[in-house]
Amino acid sequence: MTMIDFSNVTKRYEETGDVLRNVSFELEKGEMAFLTGHSGAGKSTLLRLIAAMERCSRGQIIVDGEDLSLAKESQLPFIRRKMGFIYQDYKLLHDRTVFDNVALPLIIAGYGHQEVSRRVRASLEKVGLQGKEKKYPLALSGGEQQRVGIARAVVNKPPIIIADEPTGNLDPDLSAEIMNLFRQFQQVGVTILIATHDISLISQMNNRVLKLDHGQLVQS
Amino acid sequence: MKRVNKNRIKKDPPIKQVKQENKQTALSGGGYNDKVIAYRDLHIHALFSSLGRMIATPFSSIMTIAVLAIAISLATGFYVVVANIHQLTGSLETSNQISLFLREDVSDTHAKKVVENIRVNQSVQSVKLITKEQALEEFKEYSGFGDAINTIKKNPLPIVLQVLPKNALDEKQGLDDLLKSFKQLPEVDFAQLDLQWVDRLQAIIDVAQLFASLLNILLAAAVLFIIGNTVRLEFYSRRAEVVISKLVGATNAFIRRPFLYTGFWMGFISGVSAWFIVAILMLILRSSVERLSGLYDGAMHLLFLDFAETLFLITASSLLGVLGAWAVLYCELRSTKSQ
Repeated sequence: MTMIDFSNVTKRYEETGDVLRNVSFELEKGEMAFLTGHSGAGKSTLLRLIAAMERCSRGQIIVDGEDLSLAKESQLPFIRRKMGFIYQDYKLLHDRTVFDNVALPLIIAGYGHQEVSRRVRASLEKVGLQGKEKKYPLALSGGEQQRVGIARAVVNKPPIIIADEPTGNLDPDLSAEIMNLFRQFQQVGVTILIATHDISLISQMNNRVLKLDHGQLVQS
Repeated sequence: MKRVNKNRIKKDPPIKQVKQENKQTALSGGGYNDKVIAYRDLHIHALFSSLGRMIATPFSSIMTIAVLAIAISLATGFYVVVANIHQLTGSLETSNQISLFLREDVSDTHAKKVVENIRVNQSVQSVKLITKEQALEEFKEYSGFGDAINTIKKNPLPIVLQVLPKNALDEKQGLDDLLKSFKQLPEVDFAQLDLQWVDRLQAIIDVAQLFASLLNILLAAAVLFIIGNTVRLEFYSRRAEVVISKLVGATNAFIRRPFLYTGFWMGFISGVSAWFIVAILMLILRSSVERLSGLYDGAMHLLFLDFAETLFLITASSLLGVLGAWAVLYCELRSTKSQ
């Protein structure tokens, strides 16, 4: 079953021209792939298109059966709930506790108090952060903050995880730990796309690599 | 964009089967009851967290609310003043009497004859004679110049006949004719239809009322803009939160909610403060107005906002707050859509 499907996707900006040109690829359920390429190759743009934060200029993007270019603006939040996003800068809310940060997707989705509490604890346990619920993100180390970000991304049990340079700020040991987490998610059937330019990381893991060069997919 | 897609699909035979049904419920949590409770909790949380945020920055909150409260109390103050003056004219409107000021050389006995003559006129209901002495007594009593008047040897006041016509107020022509006929009497120095100045006063009040209404519209617009701008600043200071919420699947309604409550609180608190400001002003004015009213036979009682008007004031200012916040968020969320 195809979870992410790009068909001849082109993204053009008025100022810079084509950032992505005729990109086509498919990611199956439970597949883990790396997205790589030089900076400015279009990695971030591609991720933003999947996140439906922008729409493509041409082509078709289907995420878990939903055509993003046909979806109404009001439907997009519900499509985004199928995906968990992980960022290099973690994107945590510093004025909220770890618990509240992780709970955010569940509260947005309208889960009841008990269900939120149960799932947040389970998610934090999964990433090895049990007992840190009441801490604030800035009181945690970089690796711990990234794991809060991962806990938030998976708390809603999404079928897809998108990670943008998830190990960019972490040392090799921590990176390996994070990758290990991803592998565990993959084993339960989650589709994972990781954007990175960490070559050593990619070579360690024997996964499919999508390589972008000046907006075109040169390896898939 | 849709057209391009259709073209593409037509060209490429292996069309992907696309499910377009809305899967909203599949990824929202819990049973129906849980959802209702969760939704209520969201509102309660937004209600109090937005209040908490305002309390967390007391200085800027107080300054904003002070400006809003002053604007709203100005509008309310104008309303109360106009309502009070309106009440005053309400009691005057019934007086359509004609005052005839007789010549100085007309004696009391002569005046009585004139009264008899007028009384036979069919369009006259009653005539009241006020002698020079009575007029002087009245003047002493009401003007406050009692002692000063005692020093004047000669009574300067004329004899006055108060004529109450039978005509109703709207029969202006009849009243005018009557007035003209009185003016032609040789004993009459000056005849005045009291209605004239009531009319003029009424016209002045109409202008004041219109002016107050226009001013209130301006002040409401000011409230709308002040709250809108405050919410806009708050929106920018919480931009990270907005973007993150969006990324994890928040709808615009979810993002808007806490800001709408901020607008509500600002409007509500300003409305209540404005009520107190006007109440304090009224307390300060009360004794003066009561003295003035006493001089006019208690024609005027100081009116303040009744319960319904108070409710309207607070509801309207709260609604203005929500509306101002909503308008700003509508524009801001549209512009963040593509970022």
